[in-house]
Amino acid sequence: MSLLDIRNISVRFGGVHALEEVSLNLNQGEILGLIGPNGAGKTTMLRVITGVVQPNHGEIDLEGEMLNNLPIHARVRKGLGFAQQLVRPFREMTLAENVALAAGAEQTRHPWRSMFRVERRNALQESLKWLAMVGIENAADSYPNAVPLGYLKRMEVARVLALRPRMLLLDEPLAGLNQVEATAFADILVELKSQGQTILLIEHNLAEVRRICSRLVVLDNGCKLAEGSPETVLKQPSVLEAYIGQGTVHAEN
Amino acid sequence: MGYEISLLTFMGISIIGSLSLNLITGFCGQVSLGHVAFVGIGAYTASILTKADTPFFVALLAGMLLAGSFGVMVGLASLRVRHDFLAITTMGVNFVFLGVVRQQEWLGGELGVSSIPDPGLGKLGFLALVLGCVILVALLSLQIRRSWMGYVFEAVSGDEDTARMLGLDVSRYKLIAFALGTALAGLSGGLYAHHVRFIFPDSFAFVESITLLAMVVIGGNGSILGVIVASALLSVLPQWFQFIGDYKLLLYGSLLFIVMRFSPGGLAGLAKNIFPKSKKAFALKGNQ
Repeated sequence: MSLLDIRNISVRFGGVHALEEVSLNLNQGEILGLIGPNGAGKTTMLRVITGVVQPNHGEIDLEGEMLNNLPIHARVRKGLGFAQQLVRPFREMTLAENVALAAGAEQTRHPWRSMFRVERRNALQESLKWLAMVGIENAADSYPNAVPLGYLKRMEVARVLALRPRMLLLDEPLAGLNQVEATAFADILVELKSQGQTILLIEHNLAEVRRICSRLVVLDNGCKLAEGSPETVLKQPSVLEAYIGQGTVHAEN
Repeated sequence: MGYEISLLTFMGISIIGSLSLNLITGFCGQVSLGHVAFVGIGAYTASILTKADTPFFVALLAGMLLAGSFGVMVGLASLRVRHDFLAITTMGVNFVFLGVVRQQEWLGGELGVSSIPDPGLGKLGFLALVLGCVILVALLSLQIRRSWMGYVFEAVSGDEDTARMLGLDVSRYKLIAFALGTALAGLSGGLYAHHVRFIFPDSFAFVESITLLAMVVIGGNGSILGVIVASALLSVLPQWFQFIGDYKLLLYGSLLFIVMRFSPGGLAGLAKNIFPKSKKAFALKGNQ
């Protein structure tokens, strides 16, 4: 069943068509890879979904409920969990505190009431669970400046998971990681999927994309170029051409 | 004795003013360069009302409400502008306030409001009221900081875009910071007006906003104790020593420069460096 339904999204920045009538859907429990060369409109699509960018045209439905007019935080409260391309931890907080802030989403739902809610122990305790799930519980008490990028990327995922989202939207989570780290990270995504988590993944690492994605959507120049299983899509001549051969090399490797 | 009581009262009023700015700038990270405008709104409102025979406490409350209402309006601007743009916007608020009160006859124009009625509490009674307010405002600050609201403020202060991505209603949290901070500034204004019993536009000039900001920054942005200590010292030093009073701007400017250069965390940051303790690690280990 389709969890997220995106219909005919168009986005224009001045005279540039960043997205042109793109439709896609995200099914419960799948990892959908959203791929395409640089400038294809992948990140713009993610920003449209989260509400950072307003589309000129088109609709986004979450299980039949239209999200178009909701602000970012309200969409997150409805179940969209978004991890950004560049890690953005709160640098004054430890990794555990970063995650606990998300884990305590119920405490912060009503701003005035949050003034009378003091207990953080449960959220901190829960944050350890999420940090353990991505394998970095040993760094719970560390500050972001004291840990490597791979840890911060995992912390971002732990932080999003702590929101208990109905779907994860990940923007190039493997970028900047070496192959060992990238494979380990992709394995975490597979593990999440096996637990029923729905994931929309933007990624350039085609070897990992091919390995872990259930389905692919390819964008090029703001238009949808192809859609289907990784094996068939990555063999399509138009997709190979869009990647100008470079992608094929990666894929073959 | 009367002089010491007056000095302590003035110190208490300054502490309320700087703690109120600390809620907005220190906790929530929204720089305000025009905070004294809200002190002024509280002062003018309360004094005009008590001159019209309104009971003192009602007038004080009205000053807080009006200052808080204007604070929410400026807070709405903070939803659109950030960082240095917000600083300039709030600076503008201070000048707009001065421009308006200077031109209004019913607010006393350049001459201000004089013969503000005595609240009738006696000097010691008034001091007790001010110190009571200091304690309440400090406790409120403490409660906010240890609550989930303080946790969110810290996140908004650090990176508000990411805070939104965690489902936090950043706009409302910022408006709450502005509403609370400016209402408390209004409280300090009402107390100030009934302490000196004579106010005029220059009491709320831009330099006074900078003085409040200096107290917050020198104390340590966000640190309740640091801000109390810094505003206690900086408010009485110029009164105790005449030569400091003469060179007040030079002193505050130099202190700001020294703090930003050598201890950006202010007095609180300095204390933390001298007496380090791993509070955060304890917080987690205590829970395991």
